[in-house]
Amino acid sequence: MRKIWNVLTATTMVAAACGFAGAAAAADNKEVQMLHWWTSGGEAAALNVIKEALAKQGYTWKDVPVAGGGGEAAMTTLKAMVAAGNPPTASQILGYFALDYADAGKLGDVTPLAVKGDWAKVIPTALQKFTTTNGKWDAVPINIHSVNWIWLNKAVMDKIGGTEPKNFDEFLALLDKAKAAGVIPLALGGQPWQEATMFDSVVMSTGGPEFYKKAFIDLDESALKSDTMKKSFDNLAKLRGYVDPNFAGRDWNLATAMVVKGDALAQVMGDWAKGEFKVANKEPGKDYLCYRFPGTDGTVIYNTDMFAFFNVSADRKDAQNALAAASMDPAVQSAFNVIKGSVPARIDVSDAAFDMCGKKGIADVKAANAKGTFLGSMAQNYAQPPAIGSGAYHDVVTKFFHGQIKTSDQAVAELDKAINAAM
Amino acid sequence: MTTAIDPIVADAAVRGPRRDFRDRLRNWLPRIVLAPSFALVLFFVYGFNIWTLLISFTNSKAFTNLNFIGWGNYAKLWTWTFETDPPSNWYTALVNMVVFGGLYVIFCLALGLTLAILLDQKIRGEGILRPLYLYPLALSFIVTGTAWKLFLDPRIGLEKAVHDLGWTSFHFDWVVNPRMMIYCVAIAGIWQTSGFVMAMFLAALRGIDSEILKAAQIDGASAYATYRRIIIPIMRPVFMSALIILTHMAIKSYDLVLSVTGKNPGGAAELPSTFMYSYTFTRNQTAVGSASAIIMLMTIAAIMVPYLYSELREKA
Repeated sequence: MRKIWNVLTATTMVAAACGFAGAAAAADNKEVQMLHWWTSGGEAAALNVIKEALAKQGYTWKDVPVAGGGGEAAMTTLKAMVAAGNPPTASQILGYFALDYADAGKLGDVTPLAVKGDWAKVIPTALQKFTTTNGKWDAVPINIHSVNWIWLNKAVMDKIGGTEPKNFDEFLALLDKAKAAGVIPLALGGQPWQEATMFDSVVMSTGGPEFYKKAFIDLDESALKSDTMKKSFDNLAKLRGYVDPNFAGRDWNLATAMVVKGDALAQVMGDWAKGEFKVANKEPGKDYLCYRFPGTDGTVIYNTDMFAFFNVSADRKDAQNALAAASMDPAVQSAFNVIKGSVPARIDVSDAAFDMCGKKGIADVKAANAKGTFLGSMAQNYAQPPAIGSGAYHDVVTKFFHGQIKTSDQAVAELDKAINAAM
Repeated sequence: MTTAIDPIVADAAVRGPRRDFRDRLRNWLPRIVLAPSFALVLFFVYGFNIWTLLISFTNSKAFTNLNFIGWGNYAKLWTWTFETDPPSNWYTALVNMVVFGGLYVIFCLALGLTLAILLDQKIRGEGILRPLYLYPLALSFIVTGTAWKLFLDPRIGLEKAVHDLGWTSFHFDWVVNPRMMIYCVAIAGIWQTSGFVMAMFLAALRGIDSEILKAAQIDGASAYATYRRIIIPIMRPVFMSALIILTHMAIKSYDLVLSVTGKNPGGAAELPSTFMYSYTFTRNQTAVGSASAIIMLMTIAAIMVPYLYSELREKA
């Protein structure tokens, strides 16, 4: 019996000691706990820029990586952490997810920093919808991606004697040339989000920014059911004729690899595709070309990565503010985005360190923001919440692309119906 | 003196209750040991089942709430069940469930039984063959799925290999053809599990009383008749167990589908499990997801309850 008591006492003491140790760690408010899904080589290197900026100020970094490209697994983890009352200092987050957390009252407040840094002037107006709630800043954008790009293999382009297509018809003519030369004209991964991302550009090209805004941002029913939308689906069907037969289910980076290797002429993809060219040691202008999707020059269909700041205890606020300040530092934004392949979320960052595609991206964002043609991507959930974006929209586009919805008339009707059902 | 007697008296007084305590402890020990796991199962399985049921009657979106809206979510699923042109996600999920589940269960049983009977012929090298058939079960579904996706990919896998051998008209593109994808999922699943079913049948075959078989031989029964009329009927309980295990594996399979089909192009490879996950976690329609989860639970219950009932009745 006595032995058992001894063991018990010892266990209790060890447990108590651990408890004290735990308490000591909790009192340390110099720790930044960051949840994200940037685990691939280039992404991790980009995140490292922020980590180092914070280390210089004496803050430690506690990484909470949850792998999985689109961040689905990370969002599930975040939900659990917040529900358990143990939110991270900040989390990488996308569009409407930030608004959901803000509505639920789970986000913190970095407004004083925002006022001091005059963020409202340097962040594109459309983005501020996601970073502020009733005028209160609770998130910051770290980068801007845009999806209306096409990426072309320059060697193939030279071989077929192609020039930059300025509108949709010229694009089709260029793809025809590639087809005649025996090259796969269009590299596409047949997954719902990739097809829907391409359709964003097709709609912008077919209907122009006014129409895109009316249909996708305002969800105007007459625009959704209009002939222009029908024509957009018809144009998408035309592109369907230029993909290779084995496209279904292919990952986006494998599609990019087809362009890198010269098996295919072009890919319609967001600017994260540039990372794949970079990994293969290809240079823009020399080995590959980046154009805006034909007919969408002057507009930017964006998505962005943001850091949302959670309602943390007072002792962790200091570290949270440091992270917010570091993320919005122009030097950090420049270094981060050079590595990540995106463009800075601040429009006042110098483009000196960027390659030609990056320079064009930065200039486009600035111009589009001034003209009001800086619009959220429907496929990436920056035009509408996920129930509509990656729900209704992805469903209809992918079913149309794979022939389960047979005509553009039916597609338009289905899109309207699915959006209404998801609201 | 009193000081010398006291401890003895005290000891005697204590000894009785202590022995009593030990006996009682012995009685209670199994219950105490089992209590934590029982409580955990009660809470984390049944408690959350009830929670999901509650959520399925609310209008929960990204976060759960308790604004009850009655049968709305089930009504939604019910209308989707009959939307065939274009097929709704739920309709596709149900059709695929029947196709995949049916093929998976039937082929696993058939292949498992055949392999077991063949292995039972006292052949040489059984010690090597048995683990070889069982080995796929050691892989996770995601590995199986990825391997089969690569193997069936027309550009790099089977089709290309056959073309390289010279048969250039050979055509096998199921894994990139949304209409046929679900069959590829079934192929990968059958490959993974039939070895396990074989092991179950083999154990049952080895457990059959040899006297019965000798009697059958003396009566002049052919090998086919022996299996058909004696051995397979004796193995009925094993069939039931295998059926239960395979059915629930088919209904809950998730990672296999996603890894074989590559994120469900055209929405053609939807299954109830992928439907549930995408509505709950990526489309922020938690209530609809919960309703579909409850329907899956009911489906499994519809299979399990009669089975348990018949099992328990036989024992009683």
